[in-house]
Amino acid sequence: MSPADQPQSLYAARVPIFPRRVHGFFRNLKWWIMAITLGIYYVTPWIRWDRGPDMPDQAVLVDLASRRFYFFFIEIWPHEFYFVGGLLVMAGIGLFLFTSALGRVWCGYSCPQTVWTDLFILVERWIEGDRNARVRLHQARWSPRKVRLRLSKWAVWLLIALATGGAWVFYFTDAPTLARDLAGFQAPSVAYVTIVILTATTFVLGGFMREQVCIYMCPWPRIQAAMMDADTLTVAYREWRGEPRGKHRKGAEADALGDCIDCMACVNVCPMGIDIRDGQQMECITCALCIDACDDVMERIGKPRGLIDYLALSDAPREMAGEPPRPVWTHVLRPRTILYTAIWAAFGLALLYALFMRTDLGLTVSPVRNPTFVVQSDGSVRNIYDVRLRNMAGNARLLRIGVTSATPLDIELEGSSGSAAVEVPANATLLQRVYVTATPSSPAASGDSTPLTLWVEDANGGTRALRDTSFNGRNTR
Amino acid sequence: MSDDRNVSGNKVDQVTGTETTGHSWDGIEELNTPLPRWWLWTFYATIIWALIYTIAYPAWPLVTGATAGVMGWSTRANVAADIVAHEARNEDLVTALLDADMVTLQQNADLNRYAVARGAAVFRAHCSQCHGSGAAGAKGYPNLLDDDWLWGGSMEEIIYTVRHGIRNETDADARYSQMPAFGEILEKDQIGDVVEYVMALSGEDHDAQRAAAGAEIFADNCASCHGESGQGDREQGAPNLADAIWLYGGDRATLTETVTNARFGVMPAWGQRLSEEDVRAVAAYVHALGGGE
Repeated sequence: MSPADQPQSLYAARVPIFPRRVHGFFRNLKWWIMAITLGIYYVTPWIRWDRGPDMPDQAVLVDLASRRFYFFFIEIWPHEFYFVGGLLVMAGIGLFLFTSALGRVWCGYSCPQTVWTDLFILVERWIEGDRNARVRLHQARWSPRKVRLRLSKWAVWLLIALATGGAWVFYFTDAPTLARDLAGFQAPSVAYVTIVILTATTFVLGGFMREQVCIYMCPWPRIQAAMMDADTLTVAYREWRGEPRGKHRKGAEADALGDCIDCMACVNVCPMGIDIRDGQQMECITCALCIDACDDVMERIGKPRGLIDYLALSDAPREMAGEPPRPVWTHVLRPRTILYTAIWAAFGLALLYALFMRTDLGLTVSPVRNPTFVVQSDGSVRNIYDVRLRNMAGNARLLRIGVTSATPLDIELEGSSGSAAVEVPANATLLQRVYVTATPSSPAASGDSTPLTLWVEDANGGTRALRDTSFNGRNTR
Repeated sequence: MSDDRNVSGNKVDQVTGTETTGHSWDGIEELNTPLPRWWLWTFYATIIWALIYTIAYPAWPLVTGATAGVMGWSTRANVAADIVAHEARNEDLVTALLDADMVTLQQNADLNRYAVARGAAVFRAHCSQCHGSGAAGAKGYPNLLDDDWLWGGSMEEIIYTVRHGIRNETDADARYSQMPAFGEILEKDQIGDVVEYVMALSGEDHDAQRAAAGAEIFADNCASCHGESGQGDREQGAPNLADAIWLYGGDRATLTETVTNARFGVMPAWGQRLSEEDVRAVAAYVHALGGGE
């Protein structure tokens, strides 16, 4: 490790990593996932969705100013934020599920840090060449050629970073309008600030920090490590097949060697800069590029593929003893993954139920507790309720408010004499004070607490929303 | 737990080959794993940032004060600018509130909402000490949520009461009523009879015989202000004695004390302390509480 003859510094410089180009199944899979995830990210804000007049026609829109979240046919109001919470829980449990079955597939394939770093490395290879050329360039003195290559690489990185930061802001307002405003320097300053911040972080994290983000900054590797066990399919080296490693030459000594020819292909392609033959390591993001590299070499030297492979560590003793590994499904289907799937599905079904059971009329009731009741001059007792009416429909509606209870109670709306109906504008909430009164001699007036139900309904018919609450009489404790 | 040492004489852990710090707890030694260098640079950067920041903003303590900062940056100035900006934004609403006909204020939804919200803030700051944060009042302090008003509950009456106050010496237009202390005028028995009569007026349990005697004393001494049937008189601020609401309490002992010594509630003249828009706003708020007429 560190040279023993030097006093060790308290601070270590990054050891530069120059991943070599690789071909194979997993590399192709990663290209596809990169194309799909980046495509979704860049295209989504531009999808249109007709919601009618005076409503945004963007399919996915986080409207922070009016506190609405639009997702295709779904419109989330602030009080329905449990949908977002539920989706986050599902994302978390989904991560547990995939990690316990397939290891750190999230890290290796779909984490934004991985996707953008992969893209940046691709650019780097196009401009500066593959691993050996990059190592030479890194070690070379500054020359006009090095300056030219470096500047063009950074310029392309910066363009990608700008496109990344630029795409993010389109999720928060009408995309075509914002694009026009951005081009004409008319957009709100928060848009420019966001773009600058995200451009800078993408440029630095994807271009320069790369694997250091995973090793030093990201909490997931630690959490994911706790999600894995011996049955998890993870990238591993079949050391019982590969060792002792060594260069294959003709002659008797080659027979004593394992399949690993110590060509370092697996190390050279690793974006995390580790040697998978050292065993399971915290740094490994299971991107499987070492599998592609090794399989390529195994094919060329006429040995079976899979010296480095996705395998469950619990199979290692069987394979060492020369037995075939257990089928993959026995590793994937086990109580742990089934439990995760069940919890994940339960959340999904609950959210779907909530989604299709909700009405376009909402009501929350907060009884005024200061004071708990008011005695009127004729001896009747009045309770006050602050009622929040939500008209989630696209048109203004006249909403009628009423009270249902075992004892007769009168209802009156603050500010509207006589009428117990109030007009709520389209797609809006209205706070309305409601007075409920019990006559002097009624049991509700002289008693303790009487249950009652406040309801609201469209005056032209339709669904009714109701809330149970209580009425405080003169003897309320 | 190894005694291996490298050339510079530091202990080295056998398993990892990393230097140790030499610290040992229960036989476990701490590895001296170096921190990444960017971490160090970030640390230096924060120090430099802190220096720049404390120079730009007022921060460094001096003998008689503190550095003033550069380029006029200060969080106090920012707050003051924010307040000015907010006031400028509300200028139109304030003008509209000053011009508004308060009786029909409720028909102007936006302005009414602004007035009630502003009034609620004024109420919490200036009125809640006596009338309670929920405006429910207390003994001797009127409940503003009910339908009983000593001086009237219309918008104009509320504005007048807020502006001039009750029984104060600071405002010549203050509403003024005074009940004599009948302990100096009537005999103890007579006061007892009047109390029984007043309790009869509001339908409480009473001694019918004494109440009948009290009716005569009431007609002679009390009816001029409280009315023939005890219904009160808003012109004079005389409370209605025939309803279910008592400002100081409706039991026998409290009524006896009220008749004997009289009461003298005071409210400041807020027109001298609050701006005209605040007076109007707080009146709108009180009117909207549920008792407004």
